[in-house]
Amino acid sequence: MGKKCPELNSGSMSDISFLLLTFFLLVSSINTDMGIPRRLPPPLQPGMVTPDVHKRNIFVVKINSQNMLLFDGQTGDLKALRARAKEFLSNPNDLPNLPEKETVDIPLLGTMRVSQGVISLQNDRGTSYDMYIQVQNELMAAVNEMRDELAIGRFGRSYTDLSNEQRSAIDKAIPAAISEAEPTKIGGNK
Amino acid sequence: MARFKKSNKEGTPGLNTGSMSDIVFMFLFFFMVITNMRESSLYVRIKVPQASEVQKLEKKSLVSYVNVGVPMDENKYGREPRIQLNDQIADVSDIAEFIENERAARSEADRPFLTTSIKADKDARMGIIVDIKQELRNVNALKLIYTTSRRGKE
Repeated sequence: MGKKCPELNSGSMSDISFLLLTFFLLVSSINTDMGIPRRLPPPLQPGMVTPDVHKRNIFVVKINSQNMLLFDGQTGDLKALRARAKEFLSNPNDLPNLPEKETVDIPLLGTMRVSQGVISLQNDRGTSYDMYIQVQNELMAAVNEMRDELAIGRFGRSYTDLSNEQRSAIDKAIPAAISEAEPTKIGGNK
Repeated sequence: MARFKKSNKEGTPGLNTGSMSDIVFMFLFFFMVITNMRESSLYVRIKVPQASEVQKLEKKSLVSYVNVGVPMDENKYGREPRIQLNDQIADVSDIAEFIENERAARSEADRPFLTTSIKADKDARMGIIVDIKQELRNVNALKLIYTTSRRGKE
């Protein structure tokens, strides 16, 4: 046999790749973006008329600049809000002071009685963003819980495991009707 | 003394580090794939609020970010929460132009799916958020997501 082939010194290669690795660890952020999706109402057109809504169909939630919550004409806390919102949107006993229901034909679900209730959320310019998100979260939680219940009752699976068609059927049966009123300007200058 | 010399002659067997770089490279590729580059550095302090009913952002490329928080350079921009668009502190009136630019950067087919992510500090006041929302409404950027961190459901 002739000469041995000289070996390449690869010891420093790992150093280089470690350097690269640390560089990427530092400059990158792991994809953790999530949040509460919302849809804004389209801008007001001059000829547009705001629809009249029956008083029984509106559930007013107000937050003042001191982050206090008002619904049903009295202050309340976040826990109570979720239960109240659920009761309002489902109206299980068809009470006359809770929202009326409309019979709608929905594919996959058949004839459903869809609540006409709208949750109206009003905040102040001085309300903290955190409180606003907490209230939005509670309202979404109320809707999601109802959707989950219906999904398990009808399809035997929780809402997140449904197919897209099933999900949109449930969305039609239980719409997330949260409307936001113009904010008041009492407690905030900025 | 003699004993030490003897052991020196034999020498400890060298650790084979050749495959180490392979492993590290694998790590490197893993991190390169699952992460995304931070597009712009933040000039405002943001601690997002927590929420339980969160959804993941579907398409990162179709999201434009509006950051709201107290500027890090307090001497220059003051202590009130400000808006950061792209790489600079901006005013509410700059949002319309920002959204136009974001739209122009996307293909025609993608434009309706453009989402605005409001990444605001939890101590910000609603006044500034409401102004942003009003401005977004005016330019018809209606899809919106409030970025939050996840908290367990109760």
